[in-house]
Amino acid sequence: MQPIIVNSLNKTYGNGQVTAVKDVSFTVNENELFGLIGPDGAGKTSIFRILTTLLLADSGTAKVAGFDVVTGYREIRQRVGYMPGRFSLYPDLTIEENLAFFATIFDTSIEENYHLIRDIYIQIEPFKKRRAGKLSGGMKQKLALCCALIHKPEVLFLDEPTTGVDPVSRKEFWEMLGRLKSGGITILVSTPYMDEASLCDRIALMQSGSIMTIDTPEALTGSYPDPLFAISTEKASMPSILNALAQFEKTKSHYAFGEFAHASFTDKNLSADDIIGYLDSRGITNSRINLIKPTIEDRFIQLATQK
Amino acid sequence: MKQFLAFVRKEFAHVIRDRKTLLILFGMPVVQILIFGFALTNEVKNTSILIVDHAKDVASQQLITKIEASQYFEVQRSILSPHEINKAFQEGVVKVAVVFPVGFNESLKHENSASVQLLADASDPNTATTLTNYLGAIVEDFQSANNELNGTPYNISTETRMLYNPQLQGAHNFVPGVMALVLMLVCVMMTAVSIVREKETGTMEILLVSPFKPLLVIVSKAVPYLLLSLINVISILLLSVFVLDLPVKGSIILLFAESILFIITCLTMGIFISVKTSSQQVAMLISLMGMLLPTILFSGFMFPIENMPVALQIFSNVVPAKWFYIIVKSIMIKGMGFGGIWKESLILCLITLFLLVVSLKSFKIRLS
Repeated sequence: MQPIIVNSLNKTYGNGQVTAVKDVSFTVNENELFGLIGPDGAGKTSIFRILTTLLLADSGTAKVAGFDVVTGYREIRQRVGYMPGRFSLYPDLTIEENLAFFATIFDTSIEENYHLIRDIYIQIEPFKKRRAGKLSGGMKQKLALCCALIHKPEVLFLDEPTTGVDPVSRKEFWEMLGRLKSGGITILVSTPYMDEASLCDRIALMQSGSIMTIDTPEALTGSYPDPLFAISTEKASMPSILNALAQFEKTKSHYAFGEFAHASFTDKNLSADDIIGYLDSRGITNSRINLIKPTIEDRFIQLATQK
Repeated sequence: MKQFLAFVRKEFAHVIRDRKTLLILFGMPVVQILIFGFALTNEVKNTSILIVDHAKDVASQQLITKIEASQYFEVQRSILSPHEINKAFQEGVVKVAVVFPVGFNESLKHENSASVQLLADASDPNTATTLTNYLGAIVEDFQSANNELNGTPYNISTETRMLYNPQLQGAHNFVPGVMALVLMLVCVMMTAVSIVREKETGTMEILLVSPFKPLLVIVSKAVPYLLLSLINVISILLLSVFVLDLPVKGSIILLFAESILFIITCLTMGIFISVKTSSQQVAMLISLMGMLLPTILFSGFMFPIENMPVALQIFSNVVPAKWFYIIVKSIMIKGMGFGGIWKESLILCLITLFLLVVSLKSFKIRLS
């Protein structure tokens, strides 16, 4: 049985004025870490809320843990763990009190399921008497994850769990997700960070309400249609490089990517030397060009611009 | 049940850790009772009175002594010119003056009638009326004493008896009013705000995605405020008995039972507001404007309902505080039993039931 089955969901707000989710379908397999990847406003949170029975879709069906999200909402609410995007615990209660409260609400206790959260909780346990409102961003997210996990959910929904968290904590957080998955929990996670996408088993790339593609991260980057070049130079500025690329008749796509400019070309046989030659003719000398392996972000940009 | 208790405990923690809420919760009733009891009193005591005695004879002296003897007035005399009287009023030194004409005793003895002039500062009409009434009563008293001595045959005098509140103490009126006001504020506003806060901070989202029944969220929100409000009822009663010397004439148990009924009415009203709103500010505004104002205006505690236009009189019937005010007054001051207030209690029950049904009907098991 697939824990999450989504079938052509649609959701609009304000009497159909704003489309949040457009014909979205996907399935998540058991023990899978599935990622919804997309920028803010791509419709990720709406999908989460529909799947956690908090919102009703305009059309389409969805099943979570074998129950329909509309008719079986009671059963679903007992079986899933949900961590909303915004920090949603009680800031005036301590770490311990928050956890104990949510454990009791789910009819369990911290002791009973301590093994599930031990790896995470051990890091914030020294501060367990501190109020949740006074925690750092990373600690808050760890606490929220503990609270979402304490009742041993079958399916875990994490809506942008690492937004606003420092890089070290983000890395730790994803390591924890990996361990949870091997512990037998199906996880649906969303993130706007493309670098985190490669840590998922499968990902859905989303743009303005619809899913552009679903695949494993490797397959997604592997299926990049053209050779991709990273261009950098010490002399010229990024705008001038981009400007030069824009005027090259063989340029297919070009954009800034950190300190590099990434570019692909219509002529697949174009070599790095050809490009250097062109840039030289434009007065951009000493440029370095490498053929690179595309990242998820490159693939995302390629898919988004293709439309 | 375990979940329910955990929720109630959590709710208490919220209240106790929020110092400002705590201060409002327990400070407000004390402050209100003391303000209404001592500062906002409309009783008249020790008012400076000006005596302008042009007569300086036996009768005027007798009357002045009588005025002096009353606890309402403190006499300042020895002014004779009209100009100075004006000045005294303008400076606000005195609120009222008595002017005796020349030959006051003479005309009283020989013509069987005399007049004194009462001047009052009517820039505050209520006080002016009260003061002249008091003075009128003293003059009348003096007159009837004189008549007795002289043996004049016909003497009609009114004897007024103020029932339940012979000293016309303001406390009798406002303690039930403040009780209604405080309970209304605490229960309606606090419940509404605390439920809406969960919506606003997003914790409602997590609570909804849990096996905990949404309805129980609401009920467990109400329980702590019921208990806290009872503490308020106790503190108001203690203050009124020991500080304001206003005893509870009727059954205390009945008074508590009726208070609990009214608290539950207020809680359902708070729940109703919270179901219909989604931000703390709106909830607070509606609680204040929609609940506090009608409570002050239409409970009969500040303004007599009988004097209002018919439409407003009819409207006052849906204000729960009006019925609670009548109930508390009946129990505390008139010493009535349940037999005398069952109608009002029934109305409160019906209002509660109505609000409860409407809130349950419109309670959302999902977001928006």
